[in-house]
Amino acid sequence: MGKTFHKPEALADTITHYCPGCTHGVAHRLVAEVIDELGIRDRTVGVAPVGCAVLMYNYFTFDFQEAAHGRAPAMATGIKRVRPDLMVFTYQGDGDLASIGLSEIVHSANRGEKFTTIFINNAVYGMTGGQMAPTTMPNQRTTTSPFGRKTTSEGMPMKVSELLASLQTPAYISRQSLTRPKYINRAKKAIKKAFTYQMENRCFSLVELISTCPTNWGMTPVDALKWAEEKMMPYYELGDHKTPEDG
Amino acid sequence: MTKVLMKGNEAIGEAAIRAGCLNYFAYPITPQTEVAEYLSRRMAEVDGVFLQGESEVAVSYMIFGASACGERVFTTSSSPGISLMSEGISYITAAECPAVFVNIMRGGPGLGGILPSQADYFQATKGGGHGDYKLLVMAPASVQEAVEMVMQAFALADKYRNPVMILGDGLIGQMMEPVEFPDHLKIQPTNKDDWATNGMSTRKGNTRNLVKTLYLNPEELNAHNLKLKAKYEQMAREEVRYEAYNFDGGYRLLIVSYGTMSRVCRTAVDMLKEEGLEIAMLRPKYLFPFPSGPIRDAATKDSCQAVLSVEMCMGQMVEDVERSVAGTSPVHWYGKCGGDVPTPEEVIEAVKKLVD
Amino acid sequence: MAYQHDIDKDRCKGCGLCVTVCPKNVLEISDKINTKGYFPAYQERPEDCIFCAICCTMCPDVAMTIREIEETAAAKE
Repeated sequence: MGKTFHKPEALADTITHYCPGCTHGVAHRLVAEVIDELGIRDRTVGVAPVGCAVLMYNYFTFDFQEAAHGRAPAMATGIKRVRPDLMVFTYQGDGDLASIGLSEIVHSANRGEKFTTIFINNAVYGMTGGQMAPTTMPNQRTTTSPFGRKTTSEGMPMKVSELLASLQTPAYISRQSLTRPKYINRAKKAIKKAFTYQMENRCFSLVELISTCPTNWGMTPVDALKWAEEKMMPYYELGDHKTPEDG
Repeated sequence: MTKVLMKGNEAIGEAAIRAGCLNYFAYPITPQTEVAEYLSRRMAEVDGVFLQGESEVAVSYMIFGASACGERVFTTSSSPGISLMSEGISYITAAECPAVFVNIMRGGPGLGGILPSQADYFQATKGGGHGDYKLLVMAPASVQEAVEMVMQAFALADKYRNPVMILGDGLIGQMMEPVEFPDHLKIQPTNKDDWATNGMSTRKGNTRNLVKTLYLNPEELNAHNLKLKAKYEQMAREEVRYEAYNFDGGYRLLIVSYGTMSRVCRTAVDMLKEEGLEIAMLRPKYLFPFPSGPIRDAATKDSCQAVLSVEMCMGQMVEDVERSVAGTSPVHWYGKCGGDVPTPEEVIEAVKKLVD
Repeated sequence: MAYQHDIDKDRCKGCGLCVTVCPKNVLEISDKINTKGYFPAYQERPEDCIFCAICCTMCPDVAMTIREIEETAAAKE
């Protein structure tokens, strides 16, 4: 009984700047483990977002580009089109992907660009101090929705996986969660599938990860996991929203 | 070498391919859409990459990504599209990535018009995007010159690890002139292994490369900006390019004009010469670095009474002319906006108001 | 097969997620501050550890690792 566990080679030794209990750390590790397991570190190029993960390139041991806010899918398109042999992924938060970068991700997905996107959904803008995001839950208080998100004037939270899964071209759109080890293991499988599909030269894959932001939600890390499971997961359905078998 | 009759936009597209650039991302906008239409077919013939992006914003970042992983890449657009690309251009310059941008200028501001203008001079030479940065800016006055400048731009972009902008206008884009593509201007791309994110296996090494523009530490950001500034100073020393027209003889006025407008001024100079009035023209070929020294020298000739900046806009280059002349000569501006290109007669009228 | 569970107390940010998920209730938060000013997790009941790595899976900071060690060395511990 028992197993070993060690830091993946694709992850740097650097201690991250992320808050205690922030699930960015888990997502980073899963991506690094997958890259190690698939043996693709020496031909991977990551594209970092603007958000808490703006410094993510300090935590990985392979080539990285830093994008402007929302533009990572466009940069990834540029890289993958001119160097289709490279494995390319973007890693983006709610503001980066679902707000300013919505056009870029929808068009990249629709054109079937052959890169992978890891989408961190924590219902808030973390780095800038907790503003409302397109994915913020109804009545959720943020620094720019101090009375709670009013769906009558700010709309319902955006379901990115469903939106992208409605497009015909993408190969794989999956929503997973990082709120408990069982879900984390499933999330890793989805991330591995997504990268494997890229190795098979399939069109566009995205894994949305329900994540926490204890600091901006004003909770302890443990309570944040609970809040994500109780408030976010009933709305944001987990599972594969599109697979290559869907056609 | 055989000459072919080509539309400017198409010649620009072909020039990039002949220069060894096989990657093009763009968005349609009048008056340069023909570049994209031409390359959508031509890139396929040479196994290159063609992609029409979803917006100029997205295109500027496709350029960034492709350039940052070490490939030659270019795009074309027109004024409002270049505005959208300006954020990307700031990033690309900050990241020290080579790329070539072509602006086929149209009337502005706003949606403006679709006829030629020279109203993006400030945007190109002073930076349309944020932060301290400069582009090397070339201003062709003919389709042949546009071809040669496009071809030279890639080598200069590599030399300085900086984007280069070619400032054309709707006339350059739309008219047809005989062109040839000089073989000697096709230059091999430089090795970019020391900085490009072309994959560790490509470089056969174990150190990764990082392309970024964020420097949170103030000393680092200052040092980075000083490094960029040093490049612009080197450009100012090594890349001043201009044409001196009718400088022999005692010219009474110096015209400063570039691009298509300079062709009209050239005709005006010739017509006035026949009337017995000598005027000269200094035509900057590169707008950054600006030929400040040559303009000041030319303006201080004893016979020269005034300097006239002739531009298809409300007066932008005139400010650089004033700065160059530094008060040693009166500087004036003549121009028209809207796309109505001034005629030689209109230029002559403006000149005659200034000389006795 | 014998295993060794290690916690790098200076990588740990004391978030407490591992304490919550450990199926054998092995972990607690220490009252001794680390070099970063956090109160890190530690194994209060290491003898109960089954090396399932669930804590490692939950940990955002790769603060915990499990390695194989020699049986005899394990017996000595």
